[in-house]
Amino acid sequence: MECPKEIVLLMHSYFDGDLQPEGEQRLKEHLRSCAACAAHFHELKKTVAFLQYAAHVAAPPSFAAKVMEAMPKERKTARLRRFMHRHPLLTAASLFLALTLSSLASSWGERGAFSVSADEHVIIRDHTVIVPKGETVKGDIVVRNGSIRIEGTVDGDVTVIHGKKYMASAGQVTGEVEEINQVFEWIWYNIKEKFNRALQSIE
Amino acid sequence: MYFMDLFIKKRIKAIQKGDQNAYADLVDLYKDKIYRLCYRMLGNRHEAEDAAQEAFIRAYIHIDTYNPEMKFSTWLYRIATNLTIDKLRKRKPDVYLDEEVGGTDGLTMQAQLPSREASPEEAVESLELQETVQRAIERLPEKYRSVIVLKYMEDLSLQEISEILGLPVGTVKTRLHRGREALRRQLGHL
Ligand SMILES: [Zn+2]
Repeated sequence: MECPKEIVLLMHSYFDGDLQPEGEQRLKEHLRSCAACAAHFHELKKTVAFLQYAAHVAAPPSFAAKVMEAMPKERKTARLRRFMHRHPLLTAASLFLALTLSSLASSWGERGAFSVSADEHVIIRDHTVIVPKGETVKGDIVVRNGSIRIEGTVDGDVTVIHGKKYMASAGQVTGEVEEINQVFEWIWYNIKEKFNRALQSIE
Repeated sequence: MYFMDLFIKKRIKAIQKGDQNAYADLVDLYKDKIYRLCYRMLGNRHEAEDAAQEAFIRAYIHIDTYNPEMKFSTWLYRIATNLTIDKLRKRKPDVYLDEEVGGTDGLTMQAQLPSREASPEEAVESLELQETVQRAIERLPEKYRSVIVLKYMEDLSLQEISEILGLPVGTVKTRLHRGREALRRQLGHL
């Protein structure tokens, strides 16, 4: 009865297939001299044989067909989800674009307050920004929900959103002049802005 | 073996592209293994069929999470094993033995097992022996049951079992050891 615990551990190493030669020697010697452990080992061997004997069971004949029948029908959403899983960056980019466009489109709808980005050297009267004769505005001007009348000079870009530009003559604006009165122009303007800002932050 | 791996890889690529029929080949290839695992774990053909079917459908739905560095069969086995363990846990708790009673030794656990020994007559008929073996497996707590089934019914290596269960090989060995001892109490005298 007083057998070292190691003996049973050696038996299990044997079944795990990693019994070393010295261990095997020790186990054999003990089993030869100890009937209790020999019986224990024999029972384990039998148990393993029974388990292996019982292994063979096959799936019912119609199993595969039933699985295929129960499969979720391939839907567009499943395909989309798979696509998103495989192209996370593209998904993120298009999602960003979609969100930006929809929020821009709705922000276009709500006509905000009149605003202007330059207030030096300009006169503001009834939602109209006037660059007086002889004055030079250095930098870009953005007018929202109002118009601009340029009689002097602008050394930069002029952008009018929801409004009109009036110019006495060409050549008074050194940069680009743009009027934005369409939702698409508005979106395009925002994308350009964001893109330029992104470029600047990279530079 | 190499050819088989290539075949499986191609099927998986096709499935990921949306070809559902490509999956039928994989179901055919693994249905017996997965069904057998479920049957041995659950001990009931009807439940086993449902569980195996569910395992295949889960694998299909989550095919994009399959990591090709792992054998496809290992991944399938993992899904099926987790599923059956979940089902076992949802059954009545009093069916199970207290898993902790064995302590670290494991050999003392056998004393806690009810020893329902099969009569010699039972061993005569092979079908009856199958039944007896199955009932003995069902008496094992799920953590010993899963390693015993994967090792002896599915004939997997300790390394594969460790991957399927997400356990170190040492833990797999300990559980096998305890599982074998518990089964010896029931089957060793037949
Ligand atoms: Zn001994």
